[in-house]
Amino acid sequence: MKPLLDVVDLRVTFPHGRAEALTPVDDVSFAIDRGELVALVGESGCGKTLTGLSVPGLLPRGAELGPSSAIRFDGVDIARLSEKAMRQYRGQHIAMIFQDPMASLNPVMRVGDQIGEAITAHQAVAKREVARRVHALLAEVGIADPEGRARSYAHQLSGGMRQRIMIAMALAAEPELLIADEPTTALDVTVQAQILELLDTLRQSRRMAVLLITHDLGIVAGRADRVLVMYAGRIVESAPTAPLFEHPDHPYTRGLFASIPRIDAPAGRLTPIRGSVPRPDAWPVGCRFHPRCDWRVEKCMHLRPPLVPIERPDHPAACWVAQGNTE
Amino acid sequence: MSPLVEVQDLVKHYQAGGFLSRNAPPVRAVDGVSFVIEAGETLGLVGESGSGKSTVGRNILRLETPTRGVVKFEGVDLASLSPRDLRSTRRRMQIVFQDPFGSLNPRRTVGASVGEGLEIHALVPRSEIGARVAELLEEVGLDPDYATRFPHEFSGGQRQRIGIARALAVEPRFVVCDEPVSALDVSVQAQVINLLLDLRERRNLAYLFIAHDLAVVRQLAHRIAVMYLGTIVEIGDARTVIDAPRHPYTQALVSAVPSPDPGATRNRIVLAGEPPSPAAPPPGCPFEPRCFHPLKDDRCRVERPGLRRVAAQDVACHYAEVVAADMTTTAPT
Repeated sequence: MKPLLDVVDLRVTFPHGRAEALTPVDDVSFAIDRGELVALVGESGCGKTLTGLSVPGLLPRGAELGPSSAIRFDGVDIARLSEKAMRQYRGQHIAMIFQDPMASLNPVMRVGDQIGEAITAHQAVAKREVARRVHALLAEVGIADPEGRARSYAHQLSGGMRQRIMIAMALAAEPELLIADEPTTALDVTVQAQILELLDTLRQSRRMAVLLITHDLGIVAGRADRVLVMYAGRIVESAPTAPLFEHPDHPYTRGLFASIPRIDAPAGRLTPIRGSVPRPDAWPVGCRFHPRCDWRVEKCMHLRPPLVPIERPDHPAACWVAQGNTE
Repeated sequence: MSPLVEVQDLVKHYQAGGFLSRNAPPVRAVDGVSFVIEAGETLGLVGESGSGKSTVGRNILRLETPTRGVVKFEGVDLASLSPRDLRSTRRRMQIVFQDPFGSLNPRRTVGASVGEGLEIHALVPRSEIGARVAELLEEVGLDPDYATRFPHEFSGGQRQRIGIARALAVEPRFVVCDEPVSALDVSVQAQVINLLLDLRERRNLAYLFIAHDLAVVRQLAHRIAVMYLGTIVEIGDARTVIDAPRHPYTQALVSAVPSPDPGATRNRIVLAGEPPSPAAPPPGCPFEPRCFHPLKDDRCRVERPGLRRVAAQDVACHYAEVVAADMTTTAPT
């Protein structure tokens, strides 16, 4: 069966003055099945947000897709659709939510009306029916007193409540894929837990696929089906969640795990990765992680390691040393 | 001997401004907080946004004037000091912020920012400031040559190191760290946590480490205080508070910390609702509206529980003898 979303050789470039164009997303390929929750993990500047934005055609001005890049949704390549055709996909098939819901909500419009707009944008629905659906959506995302809350303005709501409103808007046209870019990063931990539970419930009840973009490996455990780890514009490792956590192969993934402060481990010194993520105008040749890597050999500094399976066919890692291919 | 820092019943209320809201109830940001910090000790202050944890830090340093309460440093009540004595005492109490960029002057070189305190307090002869700044930059893991560069040239982690060097320049005994690593990527966050640990050891520093992330606090704190809606609901030895919390809120907070371990089947308590507004706190226990304790009753709705010794820590809950999380597998939503 073909996957719901199939991203092939995604390359995003930006013109960079007279210098060579920047390539913040470089040769990224992955697929998502219907109803699957896939996490895209990496630190800031790794290209994960641009990867997410490119799927519903929301890349910023000036960004260009590579000539061989394809984004197939249900078998149709949507990478080069006109803006008008893309808008159809965005509403009905693919929805996206962001870290800061305030930036996407209209401050002078009642939230119920905004959800109503999302419903009527793609289909003719009678007014009374719109109101009924708005209240049903608000209830579905766990908002008590849906009728009352529908009349609120965004500024009257807490951060967690606003994120629920954004999710309700995203659900309005019953998308098959929801892209959630750091949806809980700005929220308190107890509210973060609520929103993650909600996303998980919706995925199951609606059989909706979710691409969860996050810097936090901790929220991925026990929730995602698969994890993609991005570093400096490329996917360096991907695997089903359990094998990735039990046996990370790429030294960057291992470094991330060692860096995370854990509540259930002894207190004291952590084992960080040295240095920081390089900027797209200073990406090292060969393996882009090599300047921060304790495993590196001569080859890593010149040749880019391919993303190929090591032990399990569904668990590739782009590392010469992990692949045992250092000659 | 008196403790290095002693906070007694600290209260900070903010009156909403404007003549239309003059009769509005005050925002009770901090509503009676007490604790001590010994020399070389780290107290972790944990809470969600709006819990009042940053306000506590700012009021201890008298960057704001408390509404009520006493803050003693080295045994001396800060409110009793003349402005001049307060200035010299403040040298020994410093602060490191979440956003180091906001506290560094973009038009001054890193060297000038780090050396500013040395100059103001005349700690070293003018001719030696450059050499001292170089030493400080090295101590926080930066190249001494960075002194001639400007803040915008640095990454978030490097800026935080600059902010730490600036705080250390005046040789403090006590540093308030207000969410110092929460804006940093995980790999860099771990570097800065290690740096703070090393500096504490080398200089016998005391920290008030304010953060929303319990796992981060766990790495540094000897003791932990958990704040909710302007009050401390639980305080004790760090291991006790995390491994055997007695307040239902602490239990929920511990269970909400994401664990990078898919095998971990910890009891996940998902709290219903969000914290109430500090302008209209519940009359009884501040946590009562969200509490899932099976013994919760009318007493919780009317009588605010004070901190009292239960097991090995102090807890503000009428029913802390019964561990709520053991009795409920999932919290009602």
